[in-house]
Amino acid sequence: MSAILPLQVRGLTFRVNGRVLLDGVSFDVEPRRCTVLMGANGAGKSLTLRLLHGLDRPSAGASRWLGPKAADARQHQAMVFQRPILLRRSAGANIDYALSVRGIARGGRPARVAEALEQVGLAGFEHRHARALSGGERQLLALARASALNPEVLFLDEPTASLAPAAAKRVEQAIAAIHAAGTAIVMATHDVGQARRLADEILFLHEGRLVERAETARFFAAPQSREARAYLGGELL
Amino acid sequence: MSEIVEGFAAALRLIAGLDAELLAIVALSLKVSLSAVVLASVVALPFGAALAVYRFPGRRAVVVLVNALMGLPPVVVGLVVYLLLSRSGPLGFLGWLFTPAAMIAAQTVLIAPLIAAVARQSIAGLWSEYADELRSLGVGPLRSMLTLLWDGRFRLLTAVLAGFGRASAEVGAVILVGGNIAHATRVMTTAIALETAKGELALALGLGIVLLGISLAVNGAAYVINEIAQAREAEAAA
Repeated sequence: MSAILPLQVRGLTFRVNGRVLLDGVSFDVEPRRCTVLMGANGAGKSLTLRLLHGLDRPSAGASRWLGPKAADARQHQAMVFQRPILLRRSAGANIDYALSVRGIARGGRPARVAEALEQVGLAGFEHRHARALSGGERQLLALARASALNPEVLFLDEPTASLAPAAAKRVEQAIAAIHAAGTAIVMATHDVGQARRLADEILFLHEGRLVERAETARFFAAPQSREARAYLGGELL
Repeated sequence: MSEIVEGFAAALRLIAGLDAELLAIVALSLKVSLSAVVLASVVALPFGAALAVYRFPGRRAVVVLVNALMGLPPVVVGLVVYLLLSRSGPLGFLGWLFTPAAMIAAQTVLIAPLIAAVARQSIAGLWSEYADELRSLGVGPLRSMLTLLWDGRFRLLTAVLAGFGRASAEVGAVILVGGNIAHATRVMTTAIALETAKGELALALGLGIVLLGISLAVNGAAYVINEIAQAREAEAAA
């Protein structure tokens, strides 16, 4: 049973000092789907995620949660940033903090902390200092913290950017596990291979406009837009 | 020249012999300044954090004011606290004038803006780093503030130590509200001023050496704490 999804996005626009960074983007996010935003730097991927997650306000247009608990949407979503900020405390305490913010009773938290760490492959890391972890482990911890909140939708902003391939693989596996457990994913990535492996559908953005939206297999087999064809062909956009 | 050398020798004898008067003055000085630091920190650290986190009309003006108050002249603070605590003043009923309580109050007023300003700057830096993550988790401003105070505790110790440094070194405020009464409100700085005026250099120098030692220890501690915090930051950023 969906709580807040689907998410209806209509005419999402963002301007700064007269410059249009996002221009009338419209699409829907369905429950349990993995939607991947692709495009070159400055296409508007991260900005779209921030607007959907409510960190910034659009200049025009809107995104509306259509599920029955839409009024309480913040409680049912989470976001992991490209460089997640971990609090200066242990890995377990980082997750415990997030759970306490969401009003989870103290007694119920340790089990959820352990479960979340195990889900991302960090079982036994409860007492390790979060800031002493490697880059990949930090990203996994951020995923565990988000996943512990049982979000219906998880926004991921370039979750494996600047990670070594082995660490990126672990992060990707963790994302796949969270998605398999029923969480809808909306992710921005530059990584074509990653998009192909994880996405159910692709939204291709170019200079703030949504130029193509397609199921993953179809997008990679026969991209319809000139910009997507150029991007997949390795051209610099 | 020989007078200075003799003064130093006598001062060192007082310190080495744990002179009772010297120890009493040092103890009162530490009691007054440490109490002021605790009281000022209790108020100024959350206030500085609130200035960093909350957005409200006139916030910039408040920040400018707090920064300006960092340089409050101690004698002006002493005068204001004196007027407040004097028999005809609004707080005269407390009967604090010429007691250590008045000295603590004056030093608290003197250093609170310094601690608040340094804390605001530290917390603002941390807030710019944490803001998106905390907002994403749904953390409200009050809890954000508490989180930043905890996570920024090493940086904030520098603010607290700076406050202690200023409190322990000032003379203008405590001499006005304390009166420099022997065995009651005489602290290191006021005693140094008095003994120097009397030409009693031994005790003045002895207290000066102790004060300098405390100042060095405080600054050394601030330096070490800052180094540890920076090392942790660097480790985190690696």
